Amino acid sequence: MAQVLKINKSVDQGLTAFLEFLLKEKKVSGVVTLKKNRGGPGISYALITRPEELDGARPLFPLMPANSGKILSRLTLRGPLKDPIAVVLKPCELRALIELVKRQQGSLENMIFISQTCPGVYPLEMSVDGDLDALASRYQDQVQSGQHIPEIRPACRSCVHFTPQNADIIVSLIAEAGLDRSCSLVLNSKKGEALADGMAGEKREQDLNSQELAHFSDHRKTARLKLFDEMGEKTKGIKGLIGLFGKCIGCHACGNACPICYCNLCFFESQPNESRPNSFRADLEKKGAARIPAGTLFYHVGRLAHMSVSCVGCGMCMDVCPVDIPVGTLFSRVGESVQKTFEYIPGSKIDEPLPVAVFKEEEFAQLGEG
Amino acid sequence: MKDAFVPNIVGFLCNWCAYTGADLAGVARLRIPPSLRVIRVMCSGRIDPLFVIKALLKGADGVMMMGCHPGDCHYQKGNFSARRRFVLLQTILDSLALEPERIGLSWVSASEGQRYSKVTTEFSEKIQERGPNPIRDEIFV
Repeated sequence: MAQVLKINKSVDQGLTAFLEFLLKEKKVSGVVTLKKNRGGPGISYALITRPEELDGARPLFPLMPANSGKILSRLTLRGPLKDPIAVVLKPCELRALIELVKRQQGSLENMIFISQTCPGVYPLEMSVDGDLDALASRYQDQVQSGQHIPEIRPACRSCVHFTPQNADIIVSLIAEAGLDRSCSLVLNSKKGEALADGMAGEKREQDLNSQELAHFSDHRKTARLKLFDEMGEKTKGIKGLIGLFGKCIGCHACGNACPICYCNLCFFESQPNESRPNSFRADLEKKGAARIPAGTLFYHVGRLAHMSVSCVGCGMCMDVCPVDIPVGTLFSRVGESVQKTFEYIPGSKIDEPLPVAVFKEEEFAQLGEG
Repeated sequence: MKDAFVPNIVGFLCNWCAYTGADLAGVARLRIPPSLRVIRVMCSGRIDPLFVIKALLKGADGVMMMGCHPGDCHYQKGNFSARRRFVLLQTILDSLALEPERIGLSWVSASEGQRYSKVTTEFSEKIQERGPNPIRDEIFV
């Protein structure tokens, strides 16, 4: 049983009030949350240090403008934070951050994670016209009745890791009745409990609504299987892959948005990977034609070799693809099979080493002996 | 026999075992398949999965990774990393249905000229049976 803090406000207001409490009581020096632009359209992650700037904060807004795992890794790349901050993020973002920390790209120290049982987020393109605000209340209704929201991103529709195991505080959203009048914060760790100490609200011993979550998870699993099977059929062999990536413009947006792809100088953007006249000539002599830009498929399969083991399935790659290639579905699917091979769930255990960084002498013993 | 398919196989051989083993096979005048093109690397742990992917996407019919037997690595543990990478590659190729059988891994020590001849011949025959890599004729790679 975990402690639950119930605040008598709508879930968004309740969480914002909690963040305000944290800043005012100086329990944290800053807060990272989604925030509306002052006066204009647009919503983005922001680091807030003054309580009055929480005006316009929308911590649970169903949108992922960037994977905040990547943002937080950049924030802590040179060393851990000196003062504690509270971070409101989605479960896949937390998992991405943990994967990055395992790759020495940041630190979890002095960060307190507030996450949610995540129903999913809308595609980025829907945020452009400002209609999302109108959708937000409908979203809340659908969430509290445990419905599956059809408009959310395919990556979210097929996500089964929507409970943030490593968060200090979990905001209960999925199938949590009364989101418009109460905000339930599950204090998932000692840090979380210390943080909530002194906050006005009703405390009780309670667990996450596990039955509803299991039911939700079953539905998601079915959807995931179906999506992956379709993708597997579609991308079978080289013809299938070319069919999927034939319209790739080689902009590398997927890699730039990917939280796991952290390399500042990506191999695929480096000089050794440039297509030189002589390599074109060799292709032309053999095939009589060569695609320009060259090497787009090499980029995707190569990127799979680099990051599939840590793919958290956040779907950012797919969300930013300008030509709407379902990159994320393919990467999640391949990622899942790689992760199964190495019995690894990215972002679940902080002290579990990366499969590509370690080995066991006794494993795969029959390989190479034949 | 005139039109028999001769595959193009790229072999990445570690300097200390497999490459020396290949040398020994040559000195002993053992049969080595003509389809194999050897690239020497200092350790099988140097073989970036990208090397293998690039070779396949550029139309190689097969790719072999060869190194020291487990426990015998000149750098203590490079071949263990290579083995994990090989499994990683196999899994990726398998889940994309890109014929994981086209990649092979073999341990050959510096004194195993015979074994070098045997494993390369077997792999070459396997690829020959499989036929040319369909990626060979594709333009959009």
